Amino acid sequence: MSQALLPTLLNLLLRAFVVLLLPPLIPGIITKIKAWMAGRSGPPVLQLYYDLAKLAQKQAVFSRTTTWVFLAGPVGTVAALLVASLLVPLGHTAPLLAFEGDVILFAYLLGLGRFLTVLSALDTGSAFEGMGAAREVSFSALAEPALFFGFAALARATGSLSLTPMLQSHGMWTAGHLSGPLMLILAGWGIVFLAENSRIPVDDPNTHLELTMIHEVMVLDHSGRPLALILYGASLKLVVLGALLVDPLLPVLSKGWLNGLAFLGGLGLLAVVVGVVESTTARFRMNKVPQFLVAGVLASAFAFLLLLV
Amino acid sequence: MSRRALNLVKNGQPVALTELAPLSVADFREAILEAVQEGDRLACLCADTQLRLFAVLADDAGKTLRVVRTQLDQPRYPALTPVCPQAHLFERELAEQYGIVPEGHPWLKPVRYHRPWTGGEPQPLPLPGVMDFYRVEGDEVHEVAVGPVHAGVIEPGHFRFQCHGETVFHLEIALGYQHRGVEQALEGGPHPLSLKQAETAAGDTSIAHVWAYCRNLEGLAGVQVSARAERVRGLALELERAANHVGDLGALSGDVGFLPTASFCGRLRGDWLNLSAEVCGSRLGRNWLRPGGLQHDLDHTLAERLLQRLEQAWLETQDALELLWGAASAMIRFEVAGHLTPAQAREIGLVGVPARACGISLDVRHDHPFGPYRDHAVVPVLAESGNVHSRAWVRWRELSECHRYLAAALTDLGRTPCDPRPRPLPGLAADSLCVSLTEGWRGEVLHLAITDAEGRFARYKIVDPSFHNWFGLALALRGEQISDFPLCNKSFNLSYCGHDL
Repeated sequence: MSQALLPTLLNLLLRAFVVLLLPPLIPGIITKIKAWMAGRSGPPVLQLYYDLAKLAQKQAVFSRTTTWVFLAGPVGTVAALLVASLLVPLGHTAPLLAFEGDVILFAYLLGLGRFLTVLSALDTGSAFEGMGAAREVSFSALAEPALFFGFAALARATGSLSLTPMLQSHGMWTAGHLSGPLMLILAGWGIVFLAENSRIPVDDPNTHLELTMIHEVMVLDHSGRPLALILYGASLKLVVLGALLVDPLLPVLSKGWLNGLAFLGGLGLLAVVVGVVESTTARFRMNKVPQFLVAGVLASAFAFLLLLV
Repeated sequence: MSRRALNLVKNGQPVALTELAPLSVADFREAILEAVQEGDRLACLCADTQLRLFAVLADDAGKTLRVVRTQLDQPRYPALTPVCPQAHLFERELAEQYGIVPEGHPWLKPVRYHRPWTGGEPQPLPLPGVMDFYRVEGDEVHEVAVGPVHAGVIEPGHFRFQCHGETVFHLEIALGYQHRGVEQALEGGPHPLSLKQAETAAGDTSIAHVWAYCRNLEGLAGVQVSARAERVRGLALELERAANHVGDLGALSGDVGFLPTASFCGRLRGDWLNLSAEVCGSRLGRNWLRPGGLQHDLDHTLAERLLQRLEQAWLETQDALELLWGAASAMIRFEVAGHLTPAQAREIGLVGVPARACGISLDVRHDHPFGPYRDHAVVPVLAESGNVHSRAWVRWRELSECHRYLAAALTDLGRTPCDPRPRPLPGLAADSLCVSLTEGWRGEVLHLAITDAEGRFARYKIVDPSFHNWFGLALALRGEQISDFPLCNKSFNLSYCGHDL
């Protein structure tokens, strides 16, 4: 009994660490890579932790036109993401919750978070935020099929509707006829990852130009602790969606802690890749973004087709 | 009334007002409209408290300037704007400053929101930005208001978009928040502070403005500036141009999210600015020029050091910008945004970089050469497409011209001894008019000085290139994506304070 408890406890601790403490490090790594690529030294890797600590001590300012919906955005988004993080395996370790069909719950928890963010943006009545909400909704409508075609393909390949067997399908790389579809799925999801996390080339998380923003413009009116929640939520989203990309690529290692370490390494590598992509390309023009997302949809849809025949 | 009969003036050379016979109002209008019809540009239109109207017409291809004037007997006249759109902002200005009503002006609104200079309290009192904006009606049209407080550290200005989804139908720009009363402060001058006021008319264009001011004073006082001083002034102007062009190209790549060039140019702009600081102690070239000559000259050791640092900065600038031109993802953004046709540019009287980007050859250094540019010719750099890419390209080519000029000037200046400090200028010619044009990094800077019987400024008019070009930005955005506005805006990079004065 005690022998079985220890790994579970360790797994729990790792999970709490990865979900609660680690996320703000990921944007820090991306920013550092971008700074290095540009020949600057850049802000410290831990900058987001400092920012969160600072914001947590600040008072929030609420516009008179806003209602409780304005606060429901940040709180609901973080809550939805935390629940989603329970479902997703972090490397080859078991998630806390797994059941047939949890993949649907996972996808719509992300959807719920987005829905609440959009509502809280509309609640401000600002022309900017309305514009951002419109963009977010139209672009995520295109990102969602890419995610679902990928899920459908993996479900077909693994015969399961639960995230854990679907993502830990390490056997797929060795089975020749499955590695092609898996690459296509990862390409499609890579696009979803960039779009959902508002990274270049879809969105620019660092811009100050309201008229060009997609996601960032929706949170312009938030301040203090709600803003801290939003920033933390954004970094958590990087981890949760990052797990979808990293998990299928990881080898299965003999020890549980090695598997955990491999996941962290994979996540770090993903951050570096994002940093390099952001340093070498410009943003798309707004009306080119749908084409980029459709490319993602096509990639995962094609993977699904390959597995059907 | 042929334009050949109008009074020719030379850039920076005074004419006595008696030589400029006032035309009747009808002839004045006719003269301007005919000249503009024949391809001239309305470089300036202004009035004074005695209800005299002055217009400066530039024939850039023919390399001539003409001045016409008239005397109004009542504060109203038939507007030029309906036939000649170039006049629209000048006429709005006339109405605001002197209460002169251009009858039939289609869009007579305040420019800078100040009380009339002729005294009296208008009802209601002008409040900055408070006015009716042009509106597009329709259920699916939405309005987006940006500013006057912006997200970046930039100057205040209000932009009102009429949009259909992401497409901009119309943009109206309301400025005036930076109005400081520069022209009024210069009246009755030159005062001890006038030099500073001219220098800061548009803070990033110090040299172009202060040079135009100095040339007016020197012209009116009949003082010849030494060839060496002219060369150093050219050095100052080209350094200002280079620093701003580097900064602009970096900011353009920052706006499309292309970070390497944005970061490199951010630092390199500082290197170029520091070259100015080496000579005069100010990165923005303050205190460098003074009427009659220079405040700060440079000896041969400094010239040599500058030359070394110039070559280093130029090498690194080339590296940074080649990254940008090689990035297809950035180029596609530049090529599809902010298109203006040459016809539009001519109609609204665009000047400077945006005009040259439309293929219109327009450069004061070439068309109305002043100072060192008489001997060291500058070829205007042209592009064809009139979009953001063209405006960026013109800046890039001009940078290379700047470098050529600067390297030659520094080599020459190292060989000749420094000038002695200039003596104070004698009094200015009375009852005269002097027009002085320089080519700032944005475009044509015009200073018009009219002296009274005592040789003091009866009227001092400043036209920054931004005054001509803001409307170009509004036109460039029609039918484009609203998300491309920041990019278009940066490609013009116009001055708020230069417009608001």
